[in-house]
Amino acid sequence: MSDAATAPKPASRGLGAQQKIWAFASLIVLLVFFSIASPNFLQTTNILAVLQATAVNGVLAIAVTMIIITGGIDLSIGTLMTFTAVTAGMILTNWGLPLPLGVLGAIGMGAFCGLISGTLVTRMRIPPFIATLGMMLILKGLSLVVSGTRPIYFNDTPGYTEIAQGSLIGDIFPAVPVPNGVLILFLVALVMAWVLNRTVLGRYCFAMGSNEEAVRLSGVNTTRWKTAIYALGGGICGIAGLLISSRLNSAQPALGLGYELDAIAAVVIGGTSLAGGRGSILGTVIGALIMAVLLNGLRILSVAQEWQTVVTGIIIIAAVYLDMLRRDKSAV
Amino acid sequence: MIARRTLLGALSAAALLAGAGFAQAQDKLYIPLISKGFQHQFWQAVKTGADKAGTELGVEVSFEGPDNETQVDRQIDMLAAALAKKPAAIGFAALDSQAAIPLLKQAQENKIPVIAFDSGVDSDIPVATAATDNLAAAALAADKMAELIGGSGKVALVVHDQTSRTGVDRRDGFVNQMREKHPEVEIVDIQYGAGDQLQSTEITKAILTANPDLKGIFGANEGSAIGVVNGVTELGRKDVVIIGYDSGAAQKAAIKSGVMAGAITQNPIGIGYETVKAAVAAAKGEPVEKVIDTGFYWFDKTNIDSPEIAAVLYD
Repeated sequence: MSDAATAPKPASRGLGAQQKIWAFASLIVLLVFFSIASPNFLQTTNILAVLQATAVNGVLAIAVTMIIITGGIDLSIGTLMTFTAVTAGMILTNWGLPLPLGVLGAIGMGAFCGLISGTLVTRMRIPPFIATLGMMLILKGLSLVVSGTRPIYFNDTPGYTEIAQGSLIGDIFPAVPVPNGVLILFLVALVMAWVLNRTVLGRYCFAMGSNEEAVRLSGVNTTRWKTAIYALGGGICGIAGLLISSRLNSAQPALGLGYELDAIAAVVIGGTSLAGGRGSILGTVIGALIMAVLLNGLRILSVAQEWQTVVTGIIIIAAVYLDMLRRDKSAV
Repeated sequence: MIARRTLLGALSAAALLAGAGFAQAQDKLYIPLISKGFQHQFWQAVKTGADKAGTELGVEVSFEGPDNETQVDRQIDMLAAALAKKPAAIGFAALDSQAAIPLLKQAQENKIPVIAFDSGVDSDIPVATAATDNLAAAALAADKMAELIGGSGKVALVVHDQTSRTGVDRRDGFVNQMREKHPEVEIVDIQYGAGDQLQSTEITKAILTANPDLKGIFGANEGSAIGVVNGVTELGRKDVVIIGYDSGAAQKAAIKSGVMAGAITQNPIGIGYETVKAAVAAAKGEPVEKVIDTGFYWFDKTNIDSPEIAAVLYD
């Protein structure tokens, strides 16, 4: 059993380090380029805006990273985020319960929905793409049903906007008011990097992505572990739901569709393989940062919006192509 | 090897970006407009008006908006990037006013005047609002509908969404006017199709199947109205009175061919134009009117080619 758990570790670590350096270098190149191209880019308020824009997509991307490493996919993360935000809205605004219950409720609802997705994928053997596509639509509909299709505002819960918009760091160092949303992104990243690299769950995650049958034959209950990974991803979507609704001071029930694709793009740019078995949380965070920096930089340069979309698409393809080139070489 | 590839990658990315152009003349006043949408022909017409005012007044104008009207957070990111460019003034059509308040306060602190346009901003920060009175415009649609179906019978609405200001106002404007002025007309169904043509087509067919004696349908924006036209045409019905909203090539063709009875048009070019004009005035410290009514018109087969109407329609 310990063999199965540790065997894939060295290979994935080595590649992981390389791809992180690669993605990090691209990020630096982008930062330098935009700083030279426009005096308005490298300013505290703008950099904070970029980080703020990364927070939600970054957390969603982390949620789906582990699932992708197992060789699965979760298309419901965007609308699940919305559903957890609506859940928080119901608890706090409609029922008037205290803030911690709203936070727990959102994360708990996320984990519960993830558990359902995981069960559909493992016990009911529905392919992840289809199972989570179904969940995506169910949750989109439920968000509209539960909220009565209207945004739920958090005006009666003072402190709710502080979750993403406040700044604990700014209270201590007024010069760098890093929003709490960004702090939460990095905390989630740290914890999840630890889980992925230092715990049994993380090791099984890589192992199942490389060869699920072998893992199962070596006596591991893959059904249970995989379901747990989907549930964990769902719980993290709950954190994303808290972040976005705190930032907007409202749970917007119609929002969410399409966010899963941005998150998956960030994961892929960060070097995680959609085929499973390979990936890292740090890479994902860098991937999300690259997307946010790119979009913000293009806007600062007043590049026409239709071209912004084209450039983003090219960057995604280029990132994956360069990754393939490097992998071919390391395979030789 | 890896170093060379990195360099190549960086260079090609740089070339790509440089090619897209970043001419930002610092001596001209710079006015970004953050809109509620972008691809939709309506927003492109607003952009046309904004660009026209930019050229006439000698200011630089940029125009951005999210892919669809649910992406509240994307719009906030656009607003943040626009503010980072230190504009002379800013035009803003809020998807959700509350969500934008922190950034609008930031604009206020930096003495950047905000001009609200289209559905406006629910706050006292904007110095002016350039918009259509959607309630009154939809009420006019209700009057025309009642007139065309002979004062009584069943009608239905296909609306783009039930959360945005324009969706709510057009629905309520139509429904309230019917209730107050035309009690003989019964509204049997109100459905929402996200302004998506295909979705609105299916909705229309479902409504007609459920209510074969329906006399008229009101499509509350361009996508909804075209969907209604498609649905009615696909079912081969010729007796249903269709009233649309906004213009666009498809809707204009439907009116000319008689499938659609007529439509309400806003003045999107005027919205863009007036927004930039007010923004320039505000940036120079000149007084601006608090509410700029950009107007609306009823158009049908008879007046679609008249100069007054043709000027505000777009393809």
